Amino acid sequence: MGEELLKIEGLVKSYDGHTVLDGIDLTVHSGEVLVIIGPSGCGKSTLLRCINGLEPIHGGKITLSGEEIRNGSKNLPTLRQKIGMVFQSYELFPHLTVLDNITLAPLKVQKRTKAEAEEEALKLLERVGLKDKAKQYPRQLSGGQKQRVAIVRALCMHPEVMLFDEVTAALDPEMVREVLDVMLDLAKQGRTMIIVTHEMQFAEAVADRVIFIDKGNIIEEGKPKEFFNSPKTERAAQFLNIFEFESVKD
Amino acid sequence: MNTEFIFKYLPLYEKAAVLTLRIGVEGIIIAILLGIICALIQYGKVPIIRRIVSVYIELSRNTPLLVQLFFIYYGLPKIGISTNAEVCGAIGLGFLGGSYMAEAIRSGLETIEPIQAESALSLGLKPAQVMRYVILPQAVSVSMPAFMANIIFLLKETSVFSAISLMDLMFTAKDLIGLYYKTTESLFMLVVFYLIILLPVSLLGRFIERRLRYAGFGT
Amino acid sequence: MPDLGLDVLFKGKNMMRLLGGLGTALKISLTAVLLSIPLGILLGILMVRKELVIRAITRLYLEFIRIMPQLVLLFIVFFGSARAFGSDISGELSSVIVFTLWGTAEMGDLVRGAIISIPKHQYESSEALGLTSAQTYFYIIIPQTVRRLIPLSVNLITRMIKTTSLVLMIGVVEVTKVAQQIIEANRMTSPNAAFGVFLTVFLLYFIACWPLSLLARYLERKWG
Repeated sequence: MGEELLKIEGLVKSYDGHTVLDGIDLTVHSGEVLVIIGPSGCGKSTLLRCINGLEPIHGGKITLSGEEIRNGSKNLPTLRQKIGMVFQSYELFPHLTVLDNITLAPLKVQKRTKAEAEEEALKLLERVGLKDKAKQYPRQLSGGQKQRVAIVRALCMHPEVMLFDEVTAALDPEMVREVLDVMLDLAKQGRTMIIVTHEMQFAEAVADRVIFIDKGNIIEEGKPKEFFNSPKTERAAQFLNIFEFESVKD
Repeated sequence: MNTEFIFKYLPLYEKAAVLTLRIGVEGIIIAILLGIICALIQYGKVPIIRRIVSVYIELSRNTPLLVQLFFIYYGLPKIGISTNAEVCGAIGLGFLGGSYMAEAIRSGLETIEPIQAESALSLGLKPAQVMRYVILPQAVSVSMPAFMANIIFLLKETSVFSAISLMDLMFTAKDLIGLYYKTTESLFMLVVFYLIILLPVSLLGRFIERRLRYAGFGT
Repeated sequence: MPDLGLDVLFKGKNMMRLLGGLGTALKISLTAVLLSIPLGILLGILMVRKELVIRAITRLYLEFIRIMPQLVLLFIVFFGSARAFGSDISGELSSVIVFTLWGTAEMGDLVRGAIISIPKHQYESSEALGLTSAQTYFYIIIPQTVRRLIPLSVNLITRMIKTTSLVLMIGVVEVTKVAQQIIEANRMTSPNAAFGVFLTVFLLYFIACWPLSLLARYLERKWG
């Protein structure tokens, strides 16, 4: 495992006096795949949003390679280039083609040349099996295709860490696999990833480490095998049970 | 109808139409710029200035252009702000249209979900770049039908320019009626010239609206 | 403090005269709106009929009225009437005619839009009950459309009030014309009157229109 990349110390976040994250401490090492699970509303998505500086925080500190990430600070755009984020609802830009979606930030933020950025974009698209969609608009793609484009869009910025916020939650079941395969591929390449997901089997397969969050606190953390087979805490055990129950019903 | 009369005074109408169009276009450009600025201020919730913008929008939308023009043309010189009739016409039209454009753009901006901006921010774009490359292009296309309707509305409003003695189409028609009693011919040419100005814009507006409604991006 | 020409307003009956002028403007727009509502409903119903000729004629009427500046319409009626009928009609009557023609077109289009937005099964179910088409309109369609129409009509009134400022161009003495007269009469004693008087006219229009705009916005939110 590599060196410390992302460090979160005592992170507190609240909405209207309601505490969502209550003193989170977390360190992510370079090359690590961290999976965050927990019941809905536990604060796991908020945690990702804080890491990307999309939310003002009310206590604690988040640093990426020693540089502090703070909502509203001047160097945030620079830091965000190092953090790729993929959203549940894809959030492709509907007025731009797939290729323009991917190259917008490389061109405007990193000032790379059009030829070079497009070449890389096409290479990445090919890797996720969407090279032929480069000239199409997002509305012409299926949900799974959109999400793969969104991942490529984030990748093309060469981020040091990638955040995935329930990226398969909005997809039809038959499209989940194609997106998860792309993520497994990224994990194999040794990318640093923080993944929020409800896909437990996938979590077990991809994770180096799993953390379980409930009511704004990290309740348990551990290796995926240990965590999923014999959770140490009552709450995690309960959550995993409920989950199996639900997946049987599906 | 006396066609000889029509041909004789055609150049007069052409000149008037050019004047009407020129001031109209100038006013519309001012209106669009003013509208974008006001919409951005309201969308960005800029403190204090935002209140001033809402007062302006209410004042502009709830008073007639004619009175706005009279105030600018006859009233303002009394406190030392003088303009010539043409500048006054363009400014007046811009003052009126700015609020309509602002409302059109603002309602377009509001249809763009905040998470679109967040996804652009997360790629490292600066807020101004997010506005320029992601939010505005989408908002503008959403606002396009309202935008075109406003342009037609403003072009129609140019008909009051004769009140501040600009020799526009209305002025020309009234002049010819007064001088030669050729009412039918004068009114006929008036209608024809307004149709020449307004019909293409109106058809273009409808074309754009249909495209946006049935197609959207990607066709 | 420079002379802003506000003193003129408090001289003699000047303020009352301005208000009287505003009264004329309001009277014209109110009359036109009251006439436009029934005529507009009629037009709207005609516009959704199946007969091609009726649809073509009503469509042409609507498009012409809509695309022409109101001032052009005022000119056509005011100057054209003398020519066509050999007799002058007053500026005020011309204004009422034009505003009614315009209001009818706008209202007709609103009614048309409201009618076609009512789902088809509403018509079918009322026919199934044995209602005639007149009864269907009267009891089923019109009550449903009225709610949507009210805020739009209030908006139309404010647009009409603003447009009344144009009638001075065909010689009707309304608030802006009165303002010009006052400024003219006090040219010697109060050379700066144009500022104060036109500012007052500006605010008078605002006071007349703003509450209506707010009401329309409120109703739109409540019923929209």
